[in-house]
Amino acid sequence: MDINDIIKPENRVYKRPALLNDTHMHYCPGCSHGVVHKLIAEILEEMNAEDKAIGVAPVGCAVFAYNYIDVDFIEAAHGRAPAVATAIKRLQPDKLVFTYQGDGDLAAIGTAETIHAANRGENIAIVFINNAIYGMTGGQMAPTTLLGMKTATTPYGRRADLNGYPLAISNLVAQLDGACYVTRQSVHTPAAVRKAKAAIRKAFENSMAGKGTSLVEIVSTCNSGWKLPPVQANEWMKEHMFEKYPIGDLKNV
Amino acid sequence: MAKIRGAVTIDEEKCKGCSLCVASCPADVLSLQPKEVNNRGYHYAFMSSPEKCIGCASCAMVCPDACIEVYRVKEP
Repeated sequence: MDINDIIKPENRVYKRPALLNDTHMHYCPGCSHGVVHKLIAEILEEMNAEDKAIGVAPVGCAVFAYNYIDVDFIEAAHGRAPAVATAIKRLQPDKLVFTYQGDGDLAAIGTAETIHAANRGENIAIVFINNAIYGMTGGQMAPTTLLGMKTATTPYGRRADLNGYPLAISNLVAQLDGACYVTRQSVHTPAAVRKAKAAIRKAFENSMAGKGTSLVEIVSTCNSGWKLPPVQANEWMKEHMFEKYPIGDLKNV
Repeated sequence: MAKIRGAVTIDEEKCKGCSLCVASCPADVLSLQPKEVNNRGYHYAFMSSPEKCIGCASCAMVCPDACIEVYRVKEP
């Protein structure tokens, strides 16, 4: 059978989601952000939620998320995405409201907003990309940076006595009564991508069902910040990141 | 037994040559172009041994730029 006999519309089993705009993403090659954008576009398409979804974009690498996913978006001030999402969801309870944040946004400058939104049990879904570094500004240390990890501001590795310990914010949020679903996923293999998709879908459904705050942490790579090629970055993540940030559900009510 | 054949199309201009698809392919179908580059200067991915493809869509799932489409047929 010739290859041109296989490549026909009726045989197609996987296509680019229609909600993903036909533009070049500005992310570095191999960045996990692209995969998560694709998953969100696929899920919103499957849920027929393109007209009722409102996303809140963060400050960080994903600041241009509104250029890539073709649903309504609001750009929040640095770290304030859960606060903005709270307002949107309270004013328009029938909308699917989600935030998309990195670790500098959610776990550093926006810690208070994240914790209090979850503590109030706001019916929003939070997608949290944890790559343990400030990617956009040039690879500085973030609160989630691992001990001993080299960054632009910790060139000899992060030291506990000088820089403190890595912050596992999902574990903190899981303690709160307002949070209904807290999970940690990854997107480094096809199997992990499927699981992450199911987790994000569940978070979106919780938001619509009014069960409380859902937080999906995606442990990700930052090839440019870590100074590794994409495939090696995935290996490095498996070896080191999963020790501190193990994959799995932390809370599922 | 019916054999399953697959094929992928790659949007060469969107591909950034990260090679995550090459690493995730269970049948070693994909490679990066050794010399050719696209408009942005990346060595884009292509099907180096198309006859081995089983259409499992692993490559498309891990592709950060969503530039892979997958096709699959059952050979009679």
